[in-house]
Amino acid sequence: MMPPDEARQHMAGDATLAAKLFAIDPVATGIALRAHAGPVRDLWLSQLRPLLGSTSLRRLPLNISDDRLLGGVDLTATLRAGRLVAERGLLAEADGGIVVMAMAERVAPMAVARITRMQDTNSVAVERAGLGLLLPARIGLIAFDEGIATDERPPASLMDRLAFHIDLTHVALADLSEPDCDRQAIEAATDRLRTVTADADAVSALCQAAMSLGIDSVRAPLFALRVARIAAALADRSRVETPDLAIAARLVLAPRATRDPRQQSEENAGQSQAPEQAKNEGENSQTEGDAPDQDRDAGRDSAWLSDLVVQAAASSLPLGLLKQFAGEGTRHARTADAGRAGASMRSTQRGRPIGTRSGQLRQGRLNIVETLRAAAPWQAVRRRQVQGRNNGTSMAGERQARLLVRPDDFRLIRYEQHTQTTTIFAVDASGSSALHRLAEAKGAVELLLNDCYVRRDQVAVLAFRGQGSDLILPPTRSLVRAKRSLAGLPAGGATPLAGGIAGATGLAETIRRHGHTPIIVILTDGRANIARDGTMGRPQAIEDALGAARHLRQLGCTTLLIDTSPRPQALAERMAREMGARYLPLPYADATKLSEAVRLVSPRG
Amino acid sequence: MPAYPFSAIVAQDNMKLALLIAAVDPSVGGVLVFGDRGTGKSTAVRALAALLPKMRVVDNCAYGCDPGKPAGLCSACGPDRKKKDLPSHLAPVPVVDLPLGATEDRVIGALDLELALAKGEKAFEPGLLARAHRGFLYIDEVNLLEDHLVDLLLDVAASGENVVEREGLSIRHPARFVLVGSGNPEEGELRPQLLDRFGLAVDVKTPDTLDVRVEVVSRRDAYDRDPAAFSVKWDSKDRGLRRRISAARQRLASVDVPLRTLQDATRLCMALGTDGLRGELTLVRTARALAALDGDKTVEERHLRRIAIPALSHRLRRNPLDDSSAVTRVERALREVFGP
Repeated sequence: MMPPDEARQHMAGDATLAAKLFAIDPVATGIALRAHAGPVRDLWLSQLRPLLGSTSLRRLPLNISDDRLLGGVDLTATLRAGRLVAERGLLAEADGGIVVMAMAERVAPMAVARITRMQDTNSVAVERAGLGLLLPARIGLIAFDEGIATDERPPASLMDRLAFHIDLTHVALADLSEPDCDRQAIEAATDRLRTVTADADAVSALCQAAMSLGIDSVRAPLFALRVARIAAALADRSRVETPDLAIAARLVLAPRATRDPRQQSEENAGQSQAPEQAKNEGENSQTEGDAPDQDRDAGRDSAWLSDLVVQAAASSLPLGLLKQFAGEGTRHARTADAGRAGASMRSTQRGRPIGTRSGQLRQGRLNIVETLRAAAPWQAVRRRQVQGRNNGTSMAGERQARLLVRPDDFRLIRYEQHTQTTTIFAVDASGSSALHRLAEAKGAVELLLNDCYVRRDQVAVLAFRGQGSDLILPPTRSLVRAKRSLAGLPAGGATPLAGGIAGATGLAETIRRHGHTPIIVILTDGRANIARDGTMGRPQAIEDALGAARHLRQLGCTTLLIDTSPRPQALAERMAREMGARYLPLPYADATKLSEAVRLVSPRG
Repeated sequence: MPAYPFSAIVAQDNMKLALLIAAVDPSVGGVLVFGDRGTGKSTAVRALAALLPKMRVVDNCAYGCDPGKPAGLCSACGPDRKKKDLPSHLAPVPVVDLPLGATEDRVIGALDLELALAKGEKAFEPGLLARAHRGFLYIDEVNLLEDHLVDLLLDVAASGENVVEREGLSIRHPARFVLVGSGNPEEGELRPQLLDRFGLAVDVKTPDTLDVRVEVVSRRDAYDRDPAAFSVKWDSKDRGLRRRISAARQRLASVDVPLRTLQDATRLCMALGTDGLRGELTLVRTARALAALDGDKTVEERHLRRIAIPALSHRLRRNPLDDSSAVTRVERALREVFGP
């Protein structure tokens, strides 16, 4: 369902405004644009283009290699010149321009780390293959986020460093209107920007608003301040005024909000001490700070200003707004700080270079620098040999060659293809003993995560109870994240075993599609009582569960069924047989035993 | 563009103190800064370079040898020339930034390709480890660094010597540096072996009071708008801090560690059940550096108390079923040993 016209136009208006503000100072801001690849996004980009004037715009492909991203050896020039010639990478080449990153939600964490570093230092440091360079890279970054699911977002470290977070998912083509200014106006605003001032009240208001919206990172108010200043420059004001703060709140703070200050004040007046306290502190600091300040105009009290900013932000909060119209549940509302790195680890791992070995050219990719290194010590000898062989006759070919490279010199890049293992815990969270079982499963997950850095494993937790299964912990390697997700694991209700097994099967298929090896661990007593269609009834439920088990067997991945009932159940054993799983009765399963068992079935120690 | 001045960093006292301690006594063995995004982790380390007092370096030495320490000289400076007649000059302390994606040959050094190709000479081209000798080696996002590089760095950091055996080269050179790592735990955990190799580990959190945040934002904003003017404004504070480091370094050797303090440190480590003796050693060394920084003559209980959390919290065995954080456990042990 689409949101009503008004809300859509609101979003479209924000997108256009963000484009204008971004064009004024691209390096200091940056945009994350959430939209499907399609005409709306293309239109937005084509509207932005003239605002940027002659600034270059480059695309950063998803699968870019380090050589091209950071820079490396220019092979042809190196061979021609007989000395090492550096080739600049994309980031250094794009210095002073705009870089568009497509599918930012799928970029590997390694590439992201290089880009965020570039954002922090405005330069690219290259320490690769015989080169050590520090090149300037002042870039305005636009990250296209094509994620569909709520948790499918670009890595948090990247999002944190982009000022504008714009959402065009629900915007229609007709909503986007032409920006009402041209390049000249943008350039004039850029010139004015240096002289725009912001007083202490404005800074304080933005910080206070960020806190009451539940935004942790200090980068957010900093970006908000920059954007407010840019907005003032665009409106030809010499200092930041209330409307500029409102714009900053809407474009920068609102999308980062993790809580809705309005809801909070309605729902739990008793518990909303934090922002209250913050406000009080704010007022205190303000009175202290303002004491010597003589000409403070009466109406612009910091608290008042901050309320205004919060309101401006709240008015365009995606929570509440989107939830209603896009039909998204409250449950997934926002896990802004959940950290995507764990999940994005799943993205294509083509193996990483781990060194070189000698070999034939057609066996792999040549590592040029290492090949040259291998050839280097022999040059004098070979030249003499060649001269001796051709003794006096006129020689073309080898003699003129600067470098004499023999097949023995070829060094190939060795890749390490790591098939990561992801262990899926499907935990029966139903009934009375569920709490105990869940606690054990939580303990086991944490134990496994503990040494998973060495094993390079990921862990996911799926709980099934009531009507179906929930992915409580998406595949991750982060202990911090796992702890956070596991803490709020609910329990109780009936046993939809079929749904649980199907959920685990689906997740395993996804994991395999990402090139990882899934291992499924099911903790249950096998006593299913909810059928696939959600109806109660033991016989049908068991039949469905056996069907799901057979389907799981077809997947052919390592499976372990742990029977957690006080006495081993024949039914659970049969279930294990049907799914081709190892059956392990563990009536008093404790966390240590559980993780031991998983370790035993894992392919690697 | 001048770096953001160290003394202008708001709050984050633990992080700043840990870096200062490492600057006073490099033997405490590295600093790990882990925590939230946007808390100035990288800013602090990069600011350190400008803060540190200059050091005396042998002229034309690729490794930046110290003329005052004949024992630690490289093979070029050491055996040939005897003692005092090494010409030297003052140079800034290196703070080398190890970029992610750095290749092994650039880190440890390799055959100088240009010389080899052009003249057929076999020469060693020193890498980042050589450049970091006597200074700091900084790894941002240390939890994302490739495993084989991590192993290599740990080995060199522990031995103080870089041994290169590749491409027909057989070279060893001194590489004593303070390893500084930073990262965000949400991007992935750090391998436990790596964790306890760092002398100090500090947890940085986003400041939670409004005035501090306002101060952070306004200072950073002022810096972004005019870095040069901002640096000038903070220059005298930075200079004061630099003098404090120099004074502490001179005082360090004369700071007394009484037996009682050693016993206290041991009791604390026993109460926490830390593995090995590295915990005690680091605790005492950091406490001594802290006393030197504060201008105290002897190391006392208050120094231990102040520094116990960063020196010990990352050395505890993790107990997944005990939810209390490492910091809480150290605090508990401090209360048990020293009383409230």
